[in-house]
Amino acid sequence: MKKYIFTIILAICLAWSCSKNDEEFLDRPPSSILTQEQIFTDPSAVLSVLGDLYNRYEDFGRLDDWASVADFNIAYWSEAGRYPAFQNDGWGFGSWGTWNYGYIREINLFLERCEEATQLEASLKTRFLAEARFLRASYYFEMVKRMGGVPLILESETYDFSGDASYLQHPRETEAAIYDFVISEAEAIKDILPTDPDSKSRATKGAALAMETRAALYAGSIARYGATTPQVSLPGNEVGIPASMAEGYYTKALTAAQSIINGNAGAYALYNSKPNLSENFEALFYDKANNPEAIFVEDYKVGGGKTHYFTGWNQPRFGAEEEEGGRINPSLQFVQSFELLNGTYAPLANEAGGTPVYYDNIGDIFQGRDARLAGTVILPGTTFKSKPVDIWAGIVLADGSIVSGDSRGQEKTLPGGTEQVQVVGFDGPIDGLEFTAQTGFYIRKYQDPNTGSGRRGTQSDVWFIRYRFGEVLLNAAEAAFELGQPDVAAGYLNQVRQRAGITTPLTGADVNFDKIAHERYVELAFEGLHFFDLKRWRLAHIVLDGNPISETEVTQNIGIATKRETQPYSIWPYKYYNPGDPNNGKYLYKTLRLSRITGADRFQFGNYYSEIGQDLINNNPKLVRNPNQ
Amino acid sequence: MKAKFYILIFSTLLLVTSCALDNFDEPNAIFSGNIVYNGEAIPVARNQVRFQLWQPGYALTAPIDVAIAQEGSFSSRLFTGDYKLSFVPGQGPFKTPSDTLFFSLTGDKAMDIEVTPYHMIRNAQFSHASGTINASCSVEQIISGADAKAVERVTLIINRTQFVDANSGGEGSMAQEDAADISNMSNISMSVNIPSDPKKPDQSYIFARIGVKVAGIEDMIYSQVQKIEF
Repeated sequence: MKKYIFTIILAICLAWSCSKNDEEFLDRPPSSILTQEQIFTDPSAVLSVLGDLYNRYEDFGRLDDWASVADFNIAYWSEAGRYPAFQNDGWGFGSWGTWNYGYIREINLFLERCEEATQLEASLKTRFLAEARFLRASYYFEMVKRMGGVPLILESETYDFSGDASYLQHPRETEAAIYDFVISEAEAIKDILPTDPDSKSRATKGAALAMETRAALYAGSIARYGATTPQVSLPGNEVGIPASMAEGYYTKALTAAQSIINGNAGAYALYNSKPNLSENFEALFYDKANNPEAIFVEDYKVGGGKTHYFTGWNQPRFGAEEEEGGRINPSLQFVQSFELLNGTYAPLANEAGGTPVYYDNIGDIFQGRDARLAGTVILPGTTFKSKPVDIWAGIVLADGSIVSGDSRGQEKTLPGGTEQVQVVGFDGPIDGLEFTAQTGFYIRKYQDPNTGSGRRGTQSDVWFIRYRFGEVLLNAAEAAFELGQPDVAAGYLNQVRQRAGITTPLTGADVNFDKIAHERYVELAFEGLHFFDLKRWRLAHIVLDGNPISETEVTQNIGIATKRETQPYSIWPYKYYNPGDPNNGKYLYKTLRLSRITGADRFQFGNYYSEIGQDLINNNPKLVRNPNQ
Repeated sequence: MKAKFYILIFSTLLLVTSCALDNFDEPNAIFSGNIVYNGEAIPVARNQVRFQLWQPGYALTAPIDVAIAQEGSFSSRLFTGDYKLSFVPGQGPFKTPSDTLFFSLTGDKAMDIEVTPYHMIRNAQFSHASGTINASCSVEQIISGADAKAVERVTLIINRTQFVDANSGGEGSMAQEDAADISNMSNISMSVNIPSDPKKPDQSYIFARIGVKVAGIEDMIYSQVQKIEF
């Protein structure tokens, strides 16, 4: 009997399991995947998707990759593993390439799905759509800057598995067509996007107009200056813009910039919150609380999961919060290019007629210059986070010989002395010793003054400013100058220069190409824009011509746009030791080229537009190769 | 013991047979020659000027880059087959043949490629006197008329190694003269100091050559490298 009971129970169990509820029981909604329907009915879910697209915005200069903002010999890289960048003679044709059509496809998919959504509030939906279009135009702008004309894909495409993918292969558009697309998108979305100067990390009307003015300016200058390098063009104009289009682009650039300047996009203005002009320029980049200058930024948040280590990489090595720092060392050429306050150029006065000039204080040689210098660069004799830096290279004796050390803050006994004294600063400079200020300088721009910003465990949340009002003014000045309105250009330049403390205003007659180029060089340094200036003016192959720079040449031609920039130079402070001499204890300066700098960068015609890889051409034979590669 | 013996035998067999199955034949033909003008090789900067070989008839075609050595020669190891030779537009201090060259390769082949340089350096002479290298040369314009290109500058380059060109880095030194400062292109003389560097060993010779930069062309044309003993 007993064994029958088990059989019966088993039979009942089996019969039960066959009931029709099974299908429902197994058909569970997945808990790790959201369906399209779930997302596009919930505004916060849509914003999350959009947030991911924002996060993938492509920048040339990035705070989470310190070297990207300090390339092209504007600075020396004080990190042993990076010295080879100063020992080679140029860049591969593939450098700086970007070809992320996966990103484009996901933006296109977002646009299509958001367009179909029925349950989103209309005003939210149009804003989301406009933001996605802004991101797509931004990425096409980034691609056209680096690759030239690219295929313009504005809807998602699907492979039909027929074995023939040729209908998915699109040829490159002309360079002008991509710039036109960026400009027309900006025009189309600027009035849909909110007019809100306090919204910095999402697209606004200001951001759209700032993108438009930059794009139109770049296109205009490629059209105008591209004529000087006919080699850098393709017969189908995939690279190169006809010179006749320059005027039109410059006009658009000026109109868009003026629209921001006149306040049509909200109350943007130059940042002017601190009485000390250098501190003011420094604070422009880290002050997130009340900053009318920033238009569109990549924001970070300590404790919010998004931080960067820019300050840790670049903080002064002496008193650093980690055992590292000091990587970006601005070059002598960059430092001396800051004007005197009366608006004239002058080399740093370290020698007069072959004899050294002695200064009472270590920082005196840099006095009386453009306030942006001390706001961009940590000079010897200044402080960071209230701690003084200790940058001096050694002691010069009466006979001119130098006593120095090969470790930070080393002590030695001077001739005639009895006890050991410090013979080199704790920040160096020591030739070849990484993390010391090997050019004599550290970078200040984008360094975070908050405690903990230089610690790996905390890091920094200073934002990266992609578009700011200062650049818009300079864009307007350049466009006005190119359109033959030098007085208008002088007006815009003077606004920027006044904030830098330069006392002599420019008149229309003073404005020339070199002035425009110089102002952009000093104002926008370390912001990832200098490279594209060199490219669009077709100056890169002249400035980076592969010839080493001689000691005498360094201090000449300051403020000339074609000045050679193939190697960074250094200027080192020394203490003078000669008891009894009136100059005893004073400082003198020597210029030098570091021993690790053995190469001289050469920018080839083939570098102007990055190489389209062979794998891409194999997949799509319609792609034309870039010139000179 | 016996099992090990069999394993050894089989693995050896496997190794030997799979070699033949898996591997392609290696490229076996060497294509070499010079870039010449009237039979004279044209010296250029090492690895800076190149032409491309294409092998038509395959679905995916990628160019084979052939770099030109500094004395104007080239060589490339290739598979047997038909090839198409073309220059990258803008490459080299010369005008390249306008029509594409076709050739087939079966075994080694030497072929000179005739091009027309914009200028040629003639009678390059070098001498040494107390730490200075003096040089003289003349520059002959080859292409005249509508396609002519002017000389932009003339450069005297010296180097401690035998690789001498305008980008040869820290081992050398050079002197430059802009075309505007040259009164007579058929009688140019220049001089450059030999840099002294205590970190490098003394040597009793140096290599030198003259380069001419043509306006609008990236690559310079050079004279042959000469070793100067002193």
